[in-house]
Amino acid sequence: MFLFFSKKALDMILTLVGITFVCFLMIRMVPGDPILLMIGERNIDKAAYEEAKHNLGLDKPVMLQFLDYVKKVIQGDLGTSIVSKAPVWEEFKERFPATLELSLVGLFFATFLAIPFGILAAVKKNTFFDYFLMGGSLAGYSMPIFWWGLALILIFSVHLGITPVSGRIAIEYDVPLATGLYLLDTLSKEVRAAEGFAPFWSALRHLILPSIVLGTIPLAIIARMTRSSFLEVLSEDYIRTARAKGMSESKVIFVHAFRNALIPIVTTLALCFGSIITGAILTETIFSWPGIGKWIVASLTSRDYPAIQGGILIIAFIIVVTNTLVDIIYIALNPRMKSALLT
Amino acid sequence: MLLEIEKLSVQFKTESGNLLALRDVSFSLEAGEILGVVGESGSGKSVSNLALMGLLPDIAVINTKKVLFQNHPLDLNSQKQLSQLRGKSIAMIFQDPMTALNPSLTVGYQMLETLQTHLGLSKKAAKMKAISLLERVGILSAEQRLKVYPFELSGGMAQRVMIAMSISCNPKLLIADEPTTALDVTIQKQILDLLIDLQREKKMSMIFVSHDLALVKKYSQRIQVMYAGEIIETGPTDQVIKNPHHPYTFGLLKARPSAHAGKTKEHLYAIPGTVPSLRARPSGCQFHPRCNRSTEVCKKTNPSVSSLQPSPLQTSFSCHHPLESL
Repeated sequence: MFLFFSKKALDMILTLVGITFVCFLMIRMVPGDPILLMIGERNIDKAAYEEAKHNLGLDKPVMLQFLDYVKKVIQGDLGTSIVSKAPVWEEFKERFPATLELSLVGLFFATFLAIPFGILAAVKKNTFFDYFLMGGSLAGYSMPIFWWGLALILIFSVHLGITPVSGRIAIEYDVPLATGLYLLDTLSKEVRAAEGFAPFWSALRHLILPSIVLGTIPLAIIARMTRSSFLEVLSEDYIRTARAKGMSESKVIFVHAFRNALIPIVTTLALCFGSIITGAILTETIFSWPGIGKWIVASLTSRDYPAIQGGILIIAFIIVVTNTLVDIIYIALNPRMKSALLT
Repeated sequence: MLLEIEKLSVQFKTESGNLLALRDVSFSLEAGEILGVVGESGSGKSVSNLALMGLLPDIAVINTKKVLFQNHPLDLNSQKQLSQLRGKSIAMIFQDPMTALNPSLTVGYQMLETLQTHLGLSKKAAKMKAISLLERVGILSAEQRLKVYPFELSGGMAQRVMIAMSISCNPKLLIADEPTTALDVTIQKQILDLLIDLQREKKMSMIFVSHDLALVKKYSQRIQVMYAGEIIETGPTDQVIKNPHHPYTFGLLKARPSAHAGKTKEHLYAIPGTVPSLRARPSGCQFHPRCNRSTEVCKKTNPSVSSLQPSPLQTSFSCHHPLESL
């Protein structure tokens, strides 16, 4: 058990160091220079330029810069943004709840449709349902996010006027932030006393289109995975045994097959969490969602090295931690692994 | 009569056409009787049992003239009727206990759900019953065993659990589909002795499927030899073994290794050829391409299977040129 966790921890650290290094090098290889972008290319004062470069530590060799950065990160300092002069961690902290809320709702939407769809397709294999659901999921998987987002805005916001076009909540509501997740904060006592449930519904309506757009690809992936996982499990001997014991078909599917089919589905879910956080970058741009996706895109255009590095490092950290958690859930689901670990 | 089946046929619908897996199989079973079913792989042994349990895949088309279970007509195409019998009146034990038990549910869960579903017991009562069942099939410290997962059991133990589970609702008919094939030879005898003990104790009827003639000879009262989806010879076990009429039965018996094997230079006898594929069935008698007694008539007409008398007391067979009584 101890060995398992120390191995996992070592894996995590190595992955993070690797990601930081690659990201560090790559943004410095991209043409463009944060100082030039700030002061403009014309008539620059050589001395002022060199001084700014020195102040940011960008005159040192890249390897030394990297070591300095790692040293600081270990001390818990992600640096300060070149553009806003605010600490990167503060900038991130401020925007992350928006992305987290969108990602969780998107993943929730995807999972709660995908698993029933996948099961239905597996149980009704080679029928109209199956072809319809799997055809639909292929279409969803191949959908370009930009086009899909704009199409939904056009239909639901512009023509039907059911959903808002962008943002997180209608402008008239001023919600005091506790968690940063609007769905929770709008339910606090003060807000309910002042405005009732209107702010909550507003926040929810703002979430509908972005979470559909963000959840579409994971929905397609999870539905297909659920289908194939169920088909495999349903042909196992123990399913025949369960039927031979006289178990009802619903018990066969939801008890005997589900637990075994869940193992690969959970893995897929975790992989999707990674793709959802990265998918948020596009979705947030389409819907002007004030999250880290939008922030990283803006930092990239202004070559704000510390912000990009910090943002990517934290996202990588979240993904790596999720994957480790999934490994642990995996063990909880699979008794064979559990006993192998405990002995 | 516990079970009477008349003219059971099973076809599998596939993209390359219908495959006939079982042709006009008729047999009956007395209460408390053990019927041994032998045949090579693909002879239809399992298909007939799975059809009886309603466990064939959706592509199977089942036709019967008459099926009576406990003197009530039974429709083998009605999942509704069959699901009421499964696990309660008809139970089944499978070949490989390690894959037949659900790997992610505990032994206790799998036993209790059967008891609770069919007998309507409370959880506590079901647990008591499960413990006594496990003790009955020879599992020590039964209470602790309820908490383990199947992979923590040996093959023999897992099969004991399967047996305990299958007899838990006192079924009238137990189908044992090669119950010991996946087990070590030393465990085989223990498991079979246990099964026979329980069969006598509970006065169950049993269909005992095996490709091991020696086991069938030892344990069954009546025997049914199957070939290419047909019953080709059936009768009281002693008579069939001592005095086989069908050349295939004769070949099967001759192909057994004897106690003198290895002491003589003779090779073990083998029936030439293999079982015909369902896709390329021979004309006439299904066995004629492999038979040393076949003549023109064997190639043209199938020795009518209907001449088989499902009478428990005498041997019947389907052959144009049967071996004479010794």
